[in-house]
Amino acid sequence: MSANITTPTTGGMQDESDRLIAGDIDAYLERHEHKSLLRFITCGSVDDGKSTLIGRLLYESKVLFEDQLDTVAAESKKFGTQGGNIDFALLVDGLSAEREQGITIDVAYRFFSTDRRKFIVADTPGHEQYTRNMVTGASSADAAVILCDARAGLLTQTRRHSYLVSLLGIRHVVLAVNKMDLMRWDESVFDAICEEYREFAQGLGIESITAIPMSALEGDNVTTPSTNMPWYRGTTLLGLLETLKVEDEAALEAPFRMPVQWVNRPNLDFRGYAGTISAGSVKPGDAIRVQPSGRTSTIARIVTMDGDKEEAIAGDAVTLTLADEIDASRGDVISTSEEPAGSADQFETTIVWMHEEPMLAGRPYLLKLGTQTVTATVTSIRHEVNVNTLEEAAARQLELNSIGVCNIKTDRVIPFEAYADNKGLGGFILIDRLTNATVGAGMLHFALRRADNIHMQAVDVAKPVRAAMKNQKPCVVWFTGLSGAGKSTIANIVEKKLAALGHHTYLLDGDNVRHGLNKDLGFTDADRVENIRRIGEVAGLMVDSGLIVLTAFISPFRSERALARSLVAEGEFIETYVETPLSVAEERDPKGLYKKARRGELKNFTGIDSPYEAPESPEILVDTGAMSAEQAAERVVAELRKAGMLEGPELD
Amino acid sequence: MSQSVEELNQLRRQAVELRLAGTTVKDTAARTGLSAPTITAATKAYRQGGWDAVPVGPRGRPKGSTNTTAPAPAIAASQPLPEIPELTIDPARRTHLERLEAESLHIMREVVAEADKPVMLYSVGKDSAVMLHLARKAFYPAPPPFPLLHVDTTWKFRAMYEFRDTIVEDYGLELIRHVNPDGIRQGVNPFTHGSALHTDIMKTEGLKQALNEHGFDIAFGGARRDEEKSRAKERVFSFRTAEHRWEPKAQRPELWNLYNARKRRGESIRVFPISNWTELDIWQYIHKENIPIVPLYYSAKRPIVHRDGTMIMVDDDRMPLNPGEVPEMRSVRFRTLGCYPLTGAVDSTATTLPEIIQEMLLARTSERQGRMIDHDAAASMEKKKQEGYF
Repeated sequence: MSANITTPTTGGMQDESDRLIAGDIDAYLERHEHKSLLRFITCGSVDDGKSTLIGRLLYESKVLFEDQLDTVAAESKKFGTQGGNIDFALLVDGLSAEREQGITIDVAYRFFSTDRRKFIVADTPGHEQYTRNMVTGASSADAAVILCDARAGLLTQTRRHSYLVSLLGIRHVVLAVNKMDLMRWDESVFDAICEEYREFAQGLGIESITAIPMSALEGDNVTTPSTNMPWYRGTTLLGLLETLKVEDEAALEAPFRMPVQWVNRPNLDFRGYAGTISAGSVKPGDAIRVQPSGRTSTIARIVTMDGDKEEAIAGDAVTLTLADEIDASRGDVISTSEEPAGSADQFETTIVWMHEEPMLAGRPYLLKLGTQTVTATVTSIRHEVNVNTLEEAAARQLELNSIGVCNIKTDRVIPFEAYADNKGLGGFILIDRLTNATVGAGMLHFALRRADNIHMQAVDVAKPVRAAMKNQKPCVVWFTGLSGAGKSTIANIVEKKLAALGHHTYLLDGDNVRHGLNKDLGFTDADRVENIRRIGEVAGLMVDSGLIVLTAFISPFRSERALARSLVAEGEFIETYVETPLSVAEERDPKGLYKKARRGELKNFTGIDSPYEAPESPEILVDTGAMSAEQAAERVVAELRKAGMLEGPELD
Repeated sequence: MSQSVEELNQLRRQAVELRLAGTTVKDTAARTGLSAPTITAATKAYRQGGWDAVPVGPRGRPKGSTNTTAPAPAIAASQPLPEIPELTIDPARRTHLERLEAESLHIMREVVAEADKPVMLYSVGKDSAVMLHLARKAFYPAPPPFPLLHVDTTWKFRAMYEFRDTIVEDYGLELIRHVNPDGIRQGVNPFTHGSALHTDIMKTEGLKQALNEHGFDIAFGGARRDEEKSRAKERVFSFRTAEHRWEPKAQRPELWNLYNARKRRGESIRVFPISNWTELDIWQYIHKENIPIVPLYYSAKRPIVHRDGTMIMVDDDRMPLNPGEVPEMRSVRFRTLGCYPLTGAVDSTATTLPEIIQEMLLARTSERQGRMIDHDAAASMEKKKQEGYF
């Protein structure tokens, strides 16, 4: 090996293993097989020595094989910052682009083990623009090591990392005060940082914090006790990580919960529910309840390929069979019958936004929680949290890496638990419905009880009665298309034709909506979403009253049209795409808006500096390049007749 | 650390009383100033041993314990009662292998629940053996509800083909074997075309063909994060474009055990259920679970020749020998398995699993070094992955 290693000690942490490996491999295997597993995250920026710390842990636990060390020794000369010595950081930074820039931009997972325990380290970047990466790494960690530079003390980022760690509910926090070598190993420096941190952490409610003074570069208190800091009589970082409690006692003692992942039905005689237990424990004979259906039964067997089990606990992946033939499917939750999980469809949550495209209130997203995927809409952003100061501020939308307390509504009632009680039934991800990207992650705090308290007023005169009186089937004919495509013109003619046929209609367009109901809204993306949401709600009420509703709005985003569609019953939403090439619409320019937009006087104008997402499969398509407005209107009426909208429903 | 032991025990007794009276852990914490784990531990102690079990003894190391340092001074965060980590081995109820196994089973079930047409890439090696074993556990008593796909370069060891066919037969599995017909037509082989081109055409292109041809939308792979640096950053659910490209910058965040398996038509996902296993975990698990593996992993006398500092086994008569060259019979085994002309053997006497593990732990040369395809640049694997290799 060509590089000069500054501290080539292994500190005795593996000496006994070495003896066993060479002398009694069976004894070694026996011991290694019974090790526990600790997952931890390291937070701090490159400047705090995070990669150096992990590199040293890997090096000293002999995970690094000689050929890898040779590669690193060669790369240390090329990119290293340690003047020919091994740059441990190079072991850890994975992707080539990162290596050359000298920064870590993603979550990297590292593995090492000692005589006592196996470790999985999530190494995450420290800068604010990588908040989402840190949250990702923190979500599955049992412990967090927060590095801070002894020279600098607590920085904004130390506070940010601590906040995120508390937000994700990590139980053990280690404050690693690094670079003590550069502060003359001074005890008072360490004490002052601890004092300041204690005060700060109090407000975050972190359960257990341990502070360790160290030098990752020199190796002091990483795996071997420091001779430079005799005043510190505590354990080393590794010593602490080896002894922290891995399993969450509270989770093991909590009421039993298992989201059903997959129904195992190899033949008619076997019906098993496969899943991972998210809390508590279960034994054959236990009384259970399937949620949301509420049906009850008892556990018959806990089936595994190694034979039936007597008991299974949180974290186990099992297959359960029930004593009774009751139906449960993926997304349902099997709970202990006396203390089932909560059920609701409106929640207060904290959401971490993870995508470049901002989160908009009112826009529907897919929400995955446990094994269920539902549609969810953020009904309001209560406030955004400044991750550096922890101050709360009002927000209309959440940008990438922002964190906000939001109310959400799901399209159906789901079983859940507060994240603080059960991460498996309280943590969720949000998925964009068009791109399928994972755009956010969230933690449920509690259900907003409105779902239980506000019951829909049961009415005697229902929609079919009103529809029959009007001799029509109520629906929304939703015209969409570019400005100047002819939506209002065609809708207007359609309404005249329907009125002539004796039908009851109402036309919603910019003139009667923007000046009243929506006069508080502008033209930002967030406002456009809210504009369409309100129109959708009003149209839904009008459909309920029995009317054929015509709407004429650009409504450029697919997701908002999908939202409007979801507000009425199946078959009542007739998306009508008025197709016109941009060049034709711009040439018509009836209100002179395109010219203004081209001059830059009008921002966010659809087709110019804001996108129009054409419908993928509209119910009706009219091409105004190929037909007149009159012909287009005739076509729409013909389609409505064909769909049976112009005759009354049959009543029982 | 201002409390005496007696004060603390008073609080512990009070906490147990509150819990027995139905007070929540949170409220008990607020009223006693104890942390949630302490309250839980005290309550548990009461349930198991009555009131006598609730108090804790004086703090500090028991006399006679050696080789441990004192616990770190903890900072009280919310309340003046620090949690002092006790320097004893945590009696965790599940071992690391049990936790890894549970995670893998969860991942496999997610795939089967959400995929339209899943498949398992089966390379016949030890990682595939573990992956297949986990699949049998995940869906037991049903058989794995997907076929195995072997992208065959036609240059694997004969022992691998025999082993593959036996396993498929014994477990009653469906196996799809795919060979790139273009490669066969062009007579691609590792000797005249070199390892890089051979791997690209027979493996990377072959894999893409097979996935397209059968319309598989999610494919299990046996890659592990500890194998190589670029893999350390890859997600468990690794999204591929319709062209099978991996975009390292556009990876989906993966939180908790929630995996996003949604995709558009033509796009696909590679799923790595043993991402968090290390080489030692794999061996240990094979040992513990008695999983069958290809005999080439065990030492035996085999005919080898030396090529560029690597020992290559002469597995059939397609191997061109230099004039006058005679294969040498030598006790060797293989640490990884692939195409025989590209896979280096190591000198070994290990004929049992514990001996293999012993050898591995003593050898200290990382696993992939035996594979010639990784020898290019440090970032070569990252580049291959972007192009669709695995």
